[in-house]
Amino acid sequence: MSLQSETESFITVDGVWKSFDTHPVLRGISLDVAAHSATVLIGASGSGKSTLLRCINALETVDAGRIVVNSELDVTAFNADLDAIRRRIGIVFQSYNLFPHMKVLENITLGPTRVLKRSKKESVEEAMQLLTRFGLEAKAQDYPDRLSGGQSQRVAIVRALAMEPEIMLFDEITSALDPMLVGEVLDAVRELREGGLTIVMATHEMSFAKEIADQVCFLRDGVVWESGTAEQVFDAPQRAETQNFLQRVN
Amino acid sequence: MSNPVPGADTVYIDPLRQERSRKKARRDALIGIGSLLGFVVVIVLLVGRSSGWEAVQETFFDGDQFVESFPGLLQAFWLNVRIFLIAEPLILIIGLLVALARTVKSPIFLPVRVLSTLYVDIFRGVPTILIIFLLGFGMPALQLPGVPSDAIFWGTAALVLSYGAYVAEVFRAGIGSVHPSQTMAARSLGLSSFQTNRFVVLPQAVRNVTPPLLNDFISLQKDTALVAVLGPIEVLRRAQIDTSANFNYTPYVGAALIFIALTIPMTRFADWIQVRSARKRQAGGVS
Repeated sequence: MSLQSETESFITVDGVWKSFDTHPVLRGISLDVAAHSATVLIGASGSGKSTLLRCINALETVDAGRIVVNSELDVTAFNADLDAIRRRIGIVFQSYNLFPHMKVLENITLGPTRVLKRSKKESVEEAMQLLTRFGLEAKAQDYPDRLSGGQSQRVAIVRALAMEPEIMLFDEITSALDPMLVGEVLDAVRELREGGLTIVMATHEMSFAKEIADQVCFLRDGVVWESGTAEQVFDAPQRAETQNFLQRVN
Repeated sequence: MSNPVPGADTVYIDPLRQERSRKKARRDALIGIGSLLGFVVVIVLLVGRSSGWEAVQETFFDGDQFVESFPGLLQAFWLNVRIFLIAEPLILIIGLLVALARTVKSPIFLPVRVLSTLYVDIFRGVPTILIIFLLGFGMPALQLPGVPSDAIFWGTAALVLSYGAYVAEVFRAGIGSVHPSQTMAARSLGLSSFQTNRFVVLPQAVRNVTPPLLNDFISLQKDTALVAVLGPIEVLRRAQIDTSANFNYTPYVGAALIFIALTIPMTRFADWIQVRSARKRQAGGVS
């Protein structure tokens, strides 16, 4: 955060609309994310958290509005190179989405070898370093079906990290996990946060959100209903709907 | 209060229960064997006592005829094998290309999409034997320069086109069976649409449709006999000639046995693949 002035925004979401068929999900949402900060999106299911994350790395195209990264990469431009955008912005999904026909190591090296055109040897070395960092080196030669949910999700994180993204998006990554396995995945996110990666995370883990968030955004009806620091939003929410939501999840 | 804790890999089954399930297994086996034997006896009695059995035995199961015709049948069958070996890889290639062509979204490829859809509609809709007739008699009649008039060539081409349409649909179903979240995960890493197909979707699609593909190939092995309608002397045509020469149908039985000898191992192999992939999917659970 010290590298970035208060006013400068690393990810700028400006008036973004997105609907599926006739169902509006994002309704003119605006949001600024500072570099090297963690922004946590909270809100009920259907409030637009996942859709916003998918718009940020161009897995969905917006209907209106702009998303700009690092004041130079316009994600929403008509002629945007979507593959290049996705290369720079990593995402981890709720359901892991590992490739079941590839070993853990192959899952991780696929992007670096095919997209970044790195040599096999270099990719494998980097992948092994990342796996070791997250305590998964023993699983490198296993297929995903041999992993627990927590291990799968950590491999998914490593797979996204192997692309050396500037931003990591986490889409409810602990929601499909056995409660006993949530901790190990959150530990991994905590470690990335300490490493200074810019993080945007949708989650229902309120105590974790409180712990790591520089900024908390409560989404409702496709807009940011209330945002602020973790203390502001969790301890002194200003709007009735925010208070109501926090009461129900706590 | 707490319960005693057994060792981690202790398996304990009540001896009385075990004895009972063992008895039941033994009884089930006996009933099965008895039922099968009874069934065979009934069939043998019914067939053997039918008034036409002797005549049938003479015309269909004549040992001398069998020995006399069998080497010739085997030799003719080599043509079926060759047709099969040439047709099979071509069918796989056409099937895969057509299936992929039907999935491309770019507007510039609209003609490709329309053509491949038309191809599948037409060649899947017309009976294979009719395609063989149409190509086998029609194409040589055109007398186009450079186009072969060989019956084996057009018979094989007809099989390739007919089966290609079926296999394209099998591949398309396989591509559809790969969950969209796999594509999303691949694209999120920056892989292009082509790379996503090549490294993530197709390998899983092919795996998912291996059993139905093998089934189609068993079917193709038999349908090589359809080329007989154009005249080439493959095993069915050979049997037909022998049959009409001696007024004895034993060569047909011989030809049937040759087909069975080839298809049964293939069927068992397909079963094995199917069981194995089912077990894998069960063990997998998470994908």
